[in-house]
Amino acid sequence: MRWLFFALMLFAALPAHAVQPDEILDDPKLEARAREIGKELRCLVCQNQSIDDSDADLARDLRVLVRERLVEGDSNQEVIDYVVSRYGDFVLLNPPFKLKTYALWFGPGILILFGIGTVFLFFRRRSTNDAPVGQKTLSAAEKERLARLLDEDDR
Amino acid sequence: MNRLFYILPLAAFLVIGGYLAVGLTLDPQKLPSMLEGEPVPAFDLQGLKGRDEQGFANTDLMGEVSLVNVFGSWCVACRVEHPFLMKIKENGWVPVHGIDWREPNRDAGPDWLRRHGDPYTLVGDDPKSKAAIAFGVTGAPETFVVDKQGTIRYKHVGPIDQKVWTETLKPLIDHLREQGG
Repeated sequence: MRWLFFALMLFAALPAHAVQPDEILDDPKLEARAREIGKELRCLVCQNQSIDDSDADLARDLRVLVRERLVEGDSNQEVIDYVVSRYGDFVLLNPPFKLKTYALWFGPGILILFGIGTVFLFFRRRSTNDAPVGQKTLSAAEKERLARLLDEDDR
Repeated sequence: MNRLFYILPLAAFLVIGGYLAVGLTLDPQKLPSMLEGEPVPAFDLQGLKGRDEQGFANTDLMGEVSLVNVFGSWCVACRVEHPFLMKIKENGWVPVHGIDWREPNRDAGPDWLRRHGDPYTLVGDDPKSKAAIAFGVTGAPETFVVDKQGTIRYKHVGPIDQKVWTETLKPLIDHLREQGG
């Protein structure tokens, strides 16, 4: 019975958030939006965590700021735009699609196309390299010589 | 043509490796400031306890070239920087204002200044990162150069020392004063 209880407890384990009880808004709808925004924003101290996951003091203050702005009636986008205007695109965990980030978005695709192209060229060249370059059929003289050689072989 | 075919992967490796090698030498904590060339963000902080009765707001930064230094009593690098800020004050090179960031209580900042010396003209208390976030601060110390019109001209991340002062801050401040900027 005890092992079953522990097994069930494993399933009950929830992802840990750094959001503290005193930060949580009374309105569950606003709180849900705050969580959504919090997942999008990078903590500037622990740079590979979102502000929702980070225990850093600055992340906490950013979470509070997000909630204050939501309560004041800002849309999700307005809140995110404000933080970006202070910290730049770097705070967005999803990089935006714009001129400066084209290399980031297209780079892998271009590399894959380049790789496929290279492999294709490699195999095509190898199969054609077996035949003499620039000549697909035998000349009349060569045919005659070939026939003679084959005849000799028969004897 | 065939030779190029074999050199190409090596060339690609060198190019990518080159970029990664440069990337390793960059400091990921150093972010470009969004605010250089922008007016100082609006903020209105309570003054430091027993020190700044009138508080410290963005409107105080108009009229002369000044530095705004983000510090905290908890911040080790600020302690390193502190003697140089004292030197700036003693020589009267430029007014330095302080944003006392994330103190655990109202006494921590004033105590720290009493113990180590007070290099600041105006100091605002910012326990909830209100001004710090508005300035896009990611850590302490950070220092902003503000011109006469109240525009942020430069952000320095990390402690100020003689080298930073002589090579970067002083030339910039001199230039801004000449411009009347």
